[in-house]
Amino acid sequence: MRFIDPHVHMSSRTTDDYEAMRDAGIVAVIEPAFWLGQPRTNVGSFIDYYASLLGWERFRAAQFGIKHYCTMGLNSKEANNEALAEAVMEILPQYVAKEGVVAVGEIGYDDQTELEDKYYRAQLELAKEVDLPVMIHTPHRDKKAGTTRSMDVALEHGLPPHKVIVDHNNEETVKETLDRGFWAAFTIYPKTKMGKERMAAVIEQYGSERIIVDSSADWGSSDPLAVPKCAAVMQERGISDEDIETCCYKNALAAYGQSGQFNESDWLDRDKIDQSNLFEGNSVLRGQEPFIEK
Amino acid sequence: MAMSDNACLLSFLETRLDAAAWQWLTDACEKLSTQASERDLFLSFSLAVRKCGKVALTLNDDELIKANQRCTDWSPLTWRTDHAARISLLFSYPHDDAETFCALLDRLFQAADLGEAEALYLSLPLLPFGEKHVARAQEGLRSNVKAVFEAVAHNSPFPRDHFADDAWNQMVLKALFIESQLNPIVGLEERCNPKLTRMLCDYAHERWAASREISIELWRCVGACADDDALADLKRVLETGQEHEQLAVALSVKDKQPQLLDAYPTLHEQLTQGLCWHDLLANVKA
Repeated sequence: MRFIDPHVHMSSRTTDDYEAMRDAGIVAVIEPAFWLGQPRTNVGSFIDYYASLLGWERFRAAQFGIKHYCTMGLNSKEANNEALAEAVMEILPQYVAKEGVVAVGEIGYDDQTELEDKYYRAQLELAKEVDLPVMIHTPHRDKKAGTTRSMDVALEHGLPPHKVIVDHNNEETVKETLDRGFWAAFTIYPKTKMGKERMAAVIEQYGSERIIVDSSADWGSSDPLAVPKCAAVMQERGISDEDIETCCYKNALAAYGQSGQFNESDWLDRDKIDQSNLFEGNSVLRGQEPFIEK
Repeated sequence: MAMSDNACLLSFLETRLDAAAWQWLTDACEKLSTQASERDLFLSFSLAVRKCGKVALTLNDDELIKANQRCTDWSPLTWRTDHAARISLLFSYPHDDAETFCALLDRLFQAADLGEAEALYLSLPLLPFGEKHVARAQEGLRSNVKAVFEAVAHNSPFPRDHFADDAWNQMVLKALFIESQLNPIVGLEERCNPKLTRMLCDYAHERWAASREISIELWRCVGACADDDALADLKRVLETGQEHEQLAVALSVKDKQPQLLDAYPTLHEQLTQGLCWHDLLANVKA
């Protein structure tokens, strides 16, 4: 079975991860712009980060046969540094409509401060202007109210629910998210957020319509194989292949495909892997024989 | 750059874009020229590929003549719809002041993805304040992304018109290093110089020492300014090279050093039959 991991921070992962992901059937990944575990101190760090999502990381993924896409945005945590946030909002128009950018995200609330609200709203407007879907990061703390508020504000700004992916759902938030017509994404984390068994139970209860499974793997304790592993658990529990394919592949394709930048043909007809290629003079290899797919 | 250059680009697009894309582009250009919002320029510059596609222009002969009339020796053979649309947007934005325009270009380059970088580098011969963009052009040549290198080096009079010898020589030598063609470089013969000849012959010796193949195009910039050492290298190819290498040397020396060919009547014959670089390279490829 083919999988998409529509939320994974590959910049923090190793080439072993890429190989394992490809072997497990992951054909495409979306890397949302996020924070780096510690706050950045100047706009130049954002410029280089955005450039790496569009350039080096895309190249690196291609070397392992995986198509890499990204979302662009100012995350909620760093929205709290107003001077920096203003500078980032000024450069964002230069990145948000680039090739392979499939959404504005991940944006939304963390502490639900006034500044977070201000930049969340500004970015919803930007998404409308360039006609892109929005990927919402819902807060860890005060989750239920924060998720409701995220959706309220998106609607207030005129975003149609079908253009909005609400991520990091759990059993407490999923019903409202689905009832209001939004896409409900779930992050499968080894310990926090959502577990594989719980995910399977959600599918059993709600079906697979508009539900998206992702790993959100990053620099913390997380699993880049969460999507295929979760699919295996669902299979064991007797969930149909059709439902599994819907929540682990097709829904992500439909939701982010609305950008016009995320097409199945991108990976079905992709170039053969050729690790002898260089990106700005750099190779992913360190003396190994290049792998050239036949 | 006169607006008429932009009219030229737009005329190439008008016959190739569908109605919706053409409408989007002309509206965006109009808005940029009247309201001059940097933010609008940045957004539309990125969006151009989504709206106008990535299709080769493949200009017809009349259009290529028109391009050449707008800008001498400019041949937009590799331009695509996204390239042309992006440069039209850039030219629609006011660009009367050199300092402001260069600062704007810096910001576009800084955030450019691959397609955008190609478009910007392809536009070099059309840009106003050409002398201000020499360092930028050299920066493009430092890229190891072949498409970016070639956007600067190929089918463009910019390097010929603006580069000092050292920059020119590095460009030619690097083209050989990254296995890019020399033939599309504008001004190859007229910019030949003794230092380049020496650099190329040194490179040929390195390749010979390593028993590696040498691009026949290397000899093209050797014949015109050959000193005694270079003449010895040319003779070596005539004596020991394969036929296509001998023909390359014959083309290279036919004007300045024709006596080298006295002992090679078959090469002479090929020259009198009108052999040229284009055909020779096409034959080698085939």
